[in-house]
Amino acid sequence: MIKTEHLTKKYESLTAVDDVTFQVGPGEVLGFLGPNGAGKTTTMRMLAGFVTPTSGRASICGHDVETAPLLAKASLGYLPEGAPSYGEMTVRGFLAFIADLRALSGERRAARLRHVIEHLELGPVLNQTIETLSKGFRRRVGLAQAIIHDPPVLILDEPTDGLDPNQKHEVRTLINDMARDKIIVISTHILEEVDAVCTRAAIIARGRIVADDTPAGLAARSRYHNAVSMQFAAPASLAAARGAVAALPVVAAVEVSERDARLTALPRAGANILPAVAELAARQGLKLQELHLESGRLDEVFRTITA
Amino acid sequence: MHNVGIILRRELASYFATPLAYIFILIFLVLANAFTFYLGGFYERGQADLDPFFTFHPWLYLFLIPAVSMKLWAEERKSGSIELLMTQPVTLLEAVLGKFFAAWIFTALALALTFPLWITVNYLGRPDNGAILAAYLGSLMLAGGFLAIGSCMSALTRNPVVAFILGVVASFAFLLAGFPLVLDAFRAWAPQPLLDAIASLSLLTHFESIQKGVIDLRDLLYFAMLIAFFLYATVVALDLRKAD
Repeated sequence: MIKTEHLTKKYESLTAVDDVTFQVGPGEVLGFLGPNGAGKTTTMRMLAGFVTPTSGRASICGHDVETAPLLAKASLGYLPEGAPSYGEMTVRGFLAFIADLRALSGERRAARLRHVIEHLELGPVLNQTIETLSKGFRRRVGLAQAIIHDPPVLILDEPTDGLDPNQKHEVRTLINDMARDKIIVISTHILEEVDAVCTRAAIIARGRIVADDTPAGLAARSRYHNAVSMQFAAPASLAAARGAVAALPVVAAVEVSERDARLTALPRAGANILPAVAELAARQGLKLQELHLESGRLDEVFRTITA
Repeated sequence: MHNVGIILRRELASYFATPLAYIFILIFLVLANAFTFYLGGFYERGQADLDPFFTFHPWLYLFLIPAVSMKLWAEERKSGSIELLMTQPVTLLEAVLGKFFAAWIFTALALALTFPLWITVNYLGRPDNGAILAAYLGSLMLAGGFLAIGSCMSALTRNPVVAFILGVVASFAFLLAGFPLVLDAFRAWAPQPLLDAIASLSLLTHFESIQKGVIDLRDLLYFAMLIAFFLYATVVALDLRKAD
């Protein structure tokens, strides 16, 4: 369990994290979303025991990060932003160093080393120094370091930053695999990641949590929630249909994108407009390439809340 | 304290992972020998001792030791690896001690490699080997004192060059604390007991008394306390500023 109560960090003239209270339980993957400089990293650093809170409390598995820092750190795997490490060390040497600091020994040490090397596919670079690795490999070394002691809690600051789409997919699969029995907090500014791995998302802006909900719950706050999107075969038929769709009583507004001949009909509050729009399309014989119901757009919610 | 050893081994290995260690040892040996023979007049004196060798150690260390200590913490902060280290289940004190002892063992190794000079002087005459051993011990303690000062200076900044300059200046002040160069800055306003206290902090005075072959417990205690004080100051500085 991760628990924070009124967690606050003030620098001379700036309040980086302002009265943040939340809890994360087993099986949950909490995504921290927010613009750069919103306080995501500072919050995570306080949880990891690297930054001392100005006021408030935080605990990892019941161990207060300030009064029992070693126990809190022992329960935690942490990937710092940018995955810093010792560039002159080989991957093998670095992982062995972390395994020693994590007090792993004997058969378990060997088994855990094998596990992380295999799962993060570090085999080919084991004897290379870290400074010669690509960004993707460095990030994977950072992840390997975070999970080597199989901690109950994982805090990962931008785990997929700088990875290519295949590597992103691998890391997300890894997080999903671990999610069942761990508590995971990740930060990201990639919204698709929230849908891909998070069971819960907290949007942080100017040091405060401004929204804390499931990804579906957040998407439902979008004005595109339950909107109907249509793509026309020809731009001309779009122009003809526009007036008729807008005239439907359940439709609040229509938005048109000329570039891809797309029309989006926004519903009046709570209304289900799909049947009405579909019936209109059938009656008028509109030539559609696509018709679908939107669940909501996270990026739009994100912009509305954090702007 | 098990972690001190783990960090110490990693640090020591990292010295030798780059050419830095070899360059440092080479420069130290070349300069130490050059000073002994050219400035110290090793042959001309006609005496079988290593005085001309040890006399120059404080001045050699003044510039070479901060070059070792500057990277201790400044580089960790610059590269961000301090965040990785400090979020492992390790206390600040363990990390400070591990790094300090690694640096000290490294300088001890450089010092030990001056052994041909000791062989030379034994070949040429009959030196007082006890006094030479005492002087080696004094030199090692002096290096430890400078390293502790440098460790603290390195913890104050994320820029290794700034850490080097701070290290040289602070070491210089401690080296000459008993001499007019430093004391005159205090003489105008400080009371006599304070002046005496400052003068007694002089590294050079304590080093010279050991170098003469007299191992006084007070001198050893002085070095031990100097090292303890600056390592503690390193812990405090890091605790306040590690995330800056």
